[in-house]
Amino acid sequence: MDMIEAKHLSRAFGKAHRPWAKQSPDALRAVDDVSLRVAAGEIYGLVGPDGAGKTTFIRLLCNAIRADAGEATIAGYSAARQPELARAQIGYLSQRFSLYEELTVLENLRFFAEVRGLPAQEWKPRCHEILAFVGLDEFGSRRAKLLSGGMKQKLGLAAALVHRPRVLLLDEPTTGVDPLTRQDFWQLIIRLVSDAEHGVAVLVSTPYMDEASRCGRIGLLHHGHLLTEGTPTQLRATLQGRVLELAGTPLRALRRIAEQDVGVEDVQMFGDRLHLRVKPGAGDDVISRLRAPAAPLQVTRLRSVPPQLEDVFIALTAEVAAMPTTEGK
Amino acid sequence: MSTVILADNLTRRFGDFTAVDHVSFEAQTGEVLGYLGPNGSGKTTTIRMLLGLIRPTEGRAEVMGFDVQHDTERLRRQCGYMSQKFALYDELTVWENLTFYAGVYGVNERARLNETLKWVGLVGQEKTRTTALSSGWRQRLALAIAFIHRPRLLFLDEPTSGVDPTARRMFWDLIYALAEEGVTVLVTTHYMDEAEYCGRVGIMRAGKLLAMDTPSNLKAKALPGRAWDVFAEPLLKSLAVLEATPGVTRAGLSGDHLRAITLPGVDVNALHAALGAAGVTVAAVDAVEPSLEDVFLALAG
Amino acid sequence: MTNSRLLSIIRKEFVQIARDPRTLVLALIIPVVQLFLLGYAANNDVRNIPLAIYDQDRGPTARALIDAYRAADYFKLAYDVDSEAELRTLIENGDARAGLIIPADYSLQIKSGSSAQVAFILDGSDPTAASTALAAAQFIGQAHATAIMSERLQQKGQTAALTLPVDVRTQVWYNPDLASAYFMVPGLTGMILQTLTSILTASAVVRERERGTIEQLIVTPIRPWELLLGKLLPYTILALVNTFEVLVIGSLWFNVPVRGDLFQIALVSGLFLVTGLGIGLLASTIANTQQEAILTVWMTLLPSIFLSGFFFPLEAMPRFLQVISYAIPLRYYLVAIRSLMLKGVGIESLQPQIIPLIIFGLLIMSAAALRFKKRLD
Repeated sequence: MDMIEAKHLSRAFGKAHRPWAKQSPDALRAVDDVSLRVAAGEIYGLVGPDGAGKTTFIRLLCNAIRADAGEATIAGYSAARQPELARAQIGYLSQRFSLYEELTVLENLRFFAEVRGLPAQEWKPRCHEILAFVGLDEFGSRRAKLLSGGMKQKLGLAAALVHRPRVLLLDEPTTGVDPLTRQDFWQLIIRLVSDAEHGVAVLVSTPYMDEASRCGRIGLLHHGHLLTEGTPTQLRATLQGRVLELAGTPLRALRRIAEQDVGVEDVQMFGDRLHLRVKPGAGDDVISRLRAPAAPLQVTRLRSVPPQLEDVFIALTAEVAAMPTTEGK
Repeated sequence: MSTVILADNLTRRFGDFTAVDHVSFEAQTGEVLGYLGPNGSGKTTTIRMLLGLIRPTEGRAEVMGFDVQHDTERLRRQCGYMSQKFALYDELTVWENLTFYAGVYGVNERARLNETLKWVGLVGQEKTRTTALSSGWRQRLALAIAFIHRPRLLFLDEPTSGVDPTARRMFWDLIYALAEEGVTVLVTTHYMDEAEYCGRVGIMRAGKLLAMDTPSNLKAKALPGRAWDVFAEPLLKSLAVLEATPGVTRAGLSGDHLRAITLPGVDVNALHAALGAAGVTVAAVDAVEPSLEDVFLALAG
Repeated sequence: MTNSRLLSIIRKEFVQIARDPRTLVLALIIPVVQLFLLGYAANNDVRNIPLAIYDQDRGPTARALIDAYRAADYFKLAYDVDSEAELRTLIENGDARAGLIIPADYSLQIKSGSSAQVAFILDGSDPTAASTALAAAQFIGQAHATAIMSERLQQKGQTAALTLPVDVRTQVWYNPDLASAYFMVPGLTGMILQTLTSILTASAVVRERERGTIEQLIVTPIRPWELLLGKLLPYTILALVNTFEVLVIGSLWFNVPVRGDLFQIALVSGLFLVTGLGIGLLASTIANTQQEAILTVWMTLLPSIFLSGFFFPLEAMPRFLQVISYAIPLRYYLVAIRSLMLKGVGIESLQPQIIPLIIFGLLIMSAAALRFKKRLD
């Protein structure tokens, strides 16, 4: 069953939001006709840079702001018409999970449980259950202030889950977090969705491709538009054979030659090597042309490499000219 | 080639907390040196010590040949610094921000300002308030400001957090162009993928510099074995099987599949055999390039 | 040689001030609002105290006494009652603030040449008003008594009118009507100079820290004094505009005389301004957020208001508070500005105020400059 369903959701800020005002080019369509579904047991990654509309989209799902058009449904409840029922199904963890540093782990959880309306006889067993799940059961009486960054993040997750939501919204949950912590965190999320009985749907927003690659399905958001959707593997497959890695000396001269090759669409430098994106089917031709440049240029490595999600994103947005925009946050 | 940055056992404590713990490294002219680590690992504190913004508790450092504690003003004059928050004044326009910092650096030639603006591609946006710029453009204006006095060394603290991949690539092209002219660049990032852009990368964790080398060497040295993407169902059971398989040094969940690091002797067949014996359905086992995150996990674990 | 770094800072500060119209408007309006509030509300003048009269005599002699009270502005004959109980009720529920009881035999006693007793009752719950009213009541009563005495002597055939052995004639200088505005307006310029400048300066510096721009400024070749001066100058000008504003409204609306030399007033105000700016800077070196900065400035504000003689005369304070008041710069400025404006004295006779102000300015500024280093730790 689809736990999150967005149908043609749109929201503009600035003049375009006021229908009586003249439409102006600087009015920002933060979310523009976005439709997506996330089923129970699925992790959906909403990927895009700052200002792409990720936060606005999440706010539309929570009905924290009104949609100009379209509809969002959370576990069968309309976000706009049944906001309280819909919100009761949502657990939300923001980038800066708001905990009360002066309170203990258990006091924090109790607070969030009570705010969520869990009855007195229920919150205690539930808090211990959720603490055990995130691995913090030994730390119930520790002040939140004294937790490590990773433990705080887990407490934030516990607080978001304490009322047994069926939809979990994560806003950039592991930006800048220690990879070890991040690994732990994702194990928890994957365990959560793997639980067939409760079947939580997770939507993760992130600007980072490496975080996105952990999701079951990804949607690429760009200027409020959903450019494409698919599993990481599917998305990468769209560029299969079109990304070449080139190493050699001097790299900068090799770059200029590569940029002039008719089969090459884009060249990106990576420290000691280049990545070339070639036109569909042009891979072998490009390799044969560039393999042996005139002396003193030298190519030490030239081969096809598995495309990264970032390559996919850039290829998809290549046609969008890099114009300064008036995007606010 | 000469040494532009020399850090010798740099250490900084804040009370009981050691933010930077005996860090030593060198940077050469024209290098693009990455400094990779999660938030709070001591990256910013290191940069601040190199610029004389905070004093080291222990150790010493020289930047452009000047001692960071005693010749602070002279070394700062030759350095550009782009701090994490993009030090822009929101009430001011692009041009006003640029002329303000230019004035502070004593740069008064209009030609130089126009040239800098053109370099970062902000021509035509002079009268835009900086609040109205997207993060990618704010980042470039911040770079223009850091480079307005043509320093020989640039410190960039988390320059690309939150900017979109296209803007990030353009930004890196600007950085490479500078390096080509002999400007040394030290750039911090918490973003594992971004470190791939750097000539050499230092890996920081909990104040310690775990390793510093080219991305390729890091992968070769820190991960003597191989990396695999394993597609198998059910996921959690497969993970348990991999963790128990001899020769697997690390296994973890990676979205819809598993990532495993193994010793050099382990091959596809061995992994297939181990998973198959446990009754797991294996869709694919692919040998993959290790990422810097794999390197980080190997060094940290 | 022009200093481009300093100019850059000043220009930037001005643009920032101009682009933040809300703060600018507030900074310009606050003094006006304060001036009107204090000019009208904090009025110590005692006038038209409602007086209830219980005249048991009802004769012309008693009427003459009542007329004496009516003639002065201090009292307003609000009630004429028929019993002591009625008078008590009026005072108890605050309708009347004073009561006069004239006994039934008042005329008789006067006529017989003996001493007549009248009772004057005052509501002392507002001590300021009560003490003024008390003095007025006594003064009016005595004057009336003297007049009666003088009449009696004349009736006894003495040709010369009564001459009192000592005749005290009071004269109130500089503020003959004892109007509160005269006292408040010069005081207010001091309050505004200190409050507004210290808060604006503190938040202007702390804002750079909050936004992270200070870090960028520190790595530039700018010198600490250039940064400080560049930050302070625009706020100095703003503060002088405020002073001017208060003086203009004070003299045109409240008719407060400006007897002293305008240049000297500006000079002394400028001198005091250094203290206000210094407090702001000092607060900014302690605080990390604008909120902290404002609260820190606020801490210096209350003692300044209460221990400077702004509201309450220093002479009436306990000894130890008087000693503390010597450490309050506003104390010296208030004396100086009141003297300059109301008395029109010259700066040369204000050395006991000006020298401490110079010392305070130097001390606070150097403390701020010492703490303001080009470092983050």
